[in-house]
Amino acid sequence: MAECDPALRIAAKPSNAHDSARLHVSGAAGYVDDGAEPIDMLHLAFGQSEEAHARIAHMDLSAVRAAQGVVAVFTAADIPGANDVSPVAKDDRLLADGEVMCVGQALFLVVATSQRAARQAARLARISYEPRAACLTIAEARASSSFIEPTQRMARGDARAALSAAAHRVSGGFDIGGQDHFYLEGQIAIATPGEDGQVHILSSTQHPSEIQHLVAAMLNLSSADVTVEVRRMGGAFGGKETQAALFAAAAALAAHLTGRPTKFRCDRDDDMIITGKRHDFRIDYDVGFDDQGHILGLQLRLASRCGATVDLSPAINDRAMFHVDNCYWLPDIEIVSERLKTHTVSNTAFRGFGGPQGMLAIERIMDEVAAFLGRDPLDVRISNLYGPGRNVTPYDMVVADNIAPEIIARLRREGRYDERAASIEAFNAGSAILKKAIALTPVKFGISFTTTHLNQAGALVHVYADGSIQINHGGTEMGQGLYIKVAQVVADVFAVPVSQVRITATRTDKVPNTSATAASSGADLNGMAAHNAAMTIRDRLTAFLAQTFACAESEVAFAADGVVAGKEKLSFADLARRAHMGRISLSATGYYATPGIAYDRSTHKGRPFYYFAYGAALAEVAVDILTGEHRVLAVDIVHDVGRSLNPAIDLGQIEGAFIQGQGWLTTEELMFDAKGRLLTHSPATYKIPTASDRPRHFRISLWQDENLEPTIHRSKAVGEPPFSLANCVFSAIGRAIAAISPEKRSLPPLNAPATPENILRAVRGYRD
Amino acid sequence: MTTEDFNRVSRRTILGASAAICAAPAATAAVPASAAKKPGAQGLLPVTLKVNGKHLHLDLDPRTTLLDALREHLRLTGTKKGCDHGQCGACTVIVEGRRINSCLTLAVMHDGESVTTIEGLGTPEKLHPMQKAFVVHDGYQCGYCTPGQICSAVAMLDEIAAGLPSHVTADLDKVRFSDAEVRERMSGNICRCAAYSNIVAAIRDVAEQDA
Repeated sequence: MAECDPALRIAAKPSNAHDSARLHVSGAAGYVDDGAEPIDMLHLAFGQSEEAHARIAHMDLSAVRAAQGVVAVFTAADIPGANDVSPVAKDDRLLADGEVMCVGQALFLVVATSQRAARQAARLARISYEPRAACLTIAEARASSSFIEPTQRMARGDARAALSAAAHRVSGGFDIGGQDHFYLEGQIAIATPGEDGQVHILSSTQHPSEIQHLVAAMLNLSSADVTVEVRRMGGAFGGKETQAALFAAAAALAAHLTGRPTKFRCDRDDDMIITGKRHDFRIDYDVGFDDQGHILGLQLRLASRCGATVDLSPAINDRAMFHVDNCYWLPDIEIVSERLKTHTVSNTAFRGFGGPQGMLAIERIMDEVAAFLGRDPLDVRISNLYGPGRNVTPYDMVVADNIAPEIIARLRREGRYDERAASIEAFNAGSAILKKAIALTPVKFGISFTTTHLNQAGALVHVYADGSIQINHGGTEMGQGLYIKVAQVVADVFAVPVSQVRITATRTDKVPNTSATAASSGADLNGMAAHNAAMTIRDRLTAFLAQTFACAESEVAFAADGVVAGKEKLSFADLARRAHMGRISLSATGYYATPGIAYDRSTHKGRPFYYFAYGAALAEVAVDILTGEHRVLAVDIVHDVGRSLNPAIDLGQIEGAFIQGQGWLTTEELMFDAKGRLLTHSPATYKIPTASDRPRHFRISLWQDENLEPTIHRSKAVGEPPFSLANCVFSAIGRAIAAISPEKRSLPPLNAPATPENILRAVRGYRD
Repeated sequence: MTTEDFNRVSRRTILGASAAICAAPAATAAVPASAAKKPGAQGLLPVTLKVNGKHLHLDLDPRTTLLDALREHLRLTGTKKGCDHGQCGACTVIVEGRRINSCLTLAVMHDGESVTTIEGLGTPEKLHPMQKAFVVHDGYQCGYCTPGQICSAVAMLDEIAAGLPSHVTADLDKVRFSDAEVRERMSGNICRCAAYSNIVAAIRDVAEQDA
């Protein structure tokens, strides 16, 4: 097990700034759109479907072809190989072939001398559709039995019997909205034809290898003919895991067929219409519990809108099921998960990957139980936590690292939960229109791809003869600080300053067959792979030094002030030069596969996760029950990062994830019209949190106990887990609305997001 | 305020007109964007901008936004295109001392004016105090909104110094720096990574240095 060398001193880390810090702040960090364009570069746009579901009777593209600046127009018939940009199911077409499945679907590709010319020409097509019946909503799809895969069931014990036997029983349900990624840098790709049919693609993607494979199949090339490169993304959040492939494939097709470099820079509105989003869910539950609020039996139905194609929906909905337990022991449980196929854009990965929806469901149930019993919701949560003798998840994984009780206790104390809850109750008694509430919710997030084989990574480390180091790995940088974390790991191996390590763009010709940078796994997987590569070189250097200076290998040490070999001491640069002269290979690959995980999807049992990351958050909100407006007044967080690889970057991830989660649950609302057209396709109509939405009091503490599992330096993944900390905001808003009728023993019918409209509906529904 | 309103009306009017022209492909009056690259093409307007201290002359299609003039014609790609709608703030630059969404204004409207972009504030080797503060406080993640945030922040501090009130200013005669003022005044610059705490901290740092 390549944990880390115990001899390495990896105590308190300086929080190195992001590797591109100085470039970011001076506008010198290059994104895909920033490079100089070759003089013969062509620009692309899609013609898009105006129908949600239809057969294409006829496409008249003559006006498109005749438009000024247009060089070529391609349809599905022009694709030499596979017309497929899907991750798994081979059901996402690059260009529609006979049938359209959602509004905005790509019908044809316009290749022109400028982006404006391409976009304007695309609108000149005359398309005849034969419309077919369309299912747009979860309810419509359910009524039509329209699914992307069979309904899944995860169960333990006998939920039905436990429900019948329980002292109390409540049923209910609510809707959870989707979310647009709104990465600040939109979807973009540049394809450049190379010699002998090869193609190079610069893409803003979390998954270069997948694009490589799709483009190869599309152009009847081998993977070795296609190189995909990404230096950095201007945000991704899951939205560039599969969705980048459409644009990269279009660029590659046009480059292949015209022999010229092409750029597809998607317009923002088109981007929001064409690309998939976070899944919206309908949750229905029937819960049985005792007088203390212990949940004894639970039947839960999770229904999600998957959209027109499969994309990653099976795994996303699986993860929703995996996170229904959150931190709680649910002895007799049945989870039924419906994956509904609708004629809307295919929903996709988004930070949390279904986990947030699953967790929100159980937190809602906790609030429901507390309301029924008239107990404090936090006490109900605590009485349901996993603990000794009750530490097995519904999918039969033992919760070995259960730190949720300690984290909650610390936050309750440091955040003065009880004191504030009491003063809020007094405030509400004297305030008819403004109602406040406080809520504390925990998070337990499973770390690993639940598709086991994806949990592997490779890295490439070069030491040059001047002592400088270059690293490359399969992970992609989207602002999460992966590159600097991995660079620090490598620098530590050689005991050199991190400034001596040059981080290079992720490329499929350097490290092959990579997994997406997703599932929060980037640093866990690539950090360990890079560590293994660096250790291979260090071991060679150690043997070389022992031989050269006739000392034992145990007498060789790499330290900040130089490398020691017996009685000799030399700089790392000197060592590198000598090793090169001594014909020692100074380049190595490293590989890592997460150990100990296995999962049987047919029974939904096993150990899908290597470990869990925990956290808890406390929010205080005020709601105006006449206007439906609310404000998040204060937030306190304790979040588990293991032994952090970079505390400053981890803090940024926690804060950013919380606010993104807050946006999902409060202001970000996707609206489709009756024809399946997205109405909220720009930030003018889709409200993303700004600086003024950040709570005024916002305090984050790190829980830095080392990971129980031997991850890289015993750190923990941090990208997704803190997203669900924002569940406390939704919980608090519901509780604030409930304060209008403190004597009631039920919950207001609040749906997510808690927009003013939804809050007012809940207020009215609660009064009636 | 009136200037901004004028900008919006102008841009929409012009875009509307160009869309109408495109709907009738036979018309020859359309000026394709690519024409800007062809010397001697019809319909171009001469523009002089003082960008980061340098006087630069361009012949532009009058529909060219200031953002596209900077990025496509002057190769100053530090200024980013986020939404191209004036909603995200990634394209913020400073024109005649005032911050402006460069995607919402036409380059020809700024003939003779002075434009400062992120490249004009400082370089990786010689950072502006605001750039330095963003590094110290980790005021970014993916970095795409950062040039806009920094240009916006620099001009925003000048607005406070000049006594211009905001929506959250309690006493219009006493405009003072506060975190609440910063959050309000910076709310036109979206950071999807939500590094807002650190962005506000960086700006506060610079404001305190200036004070």
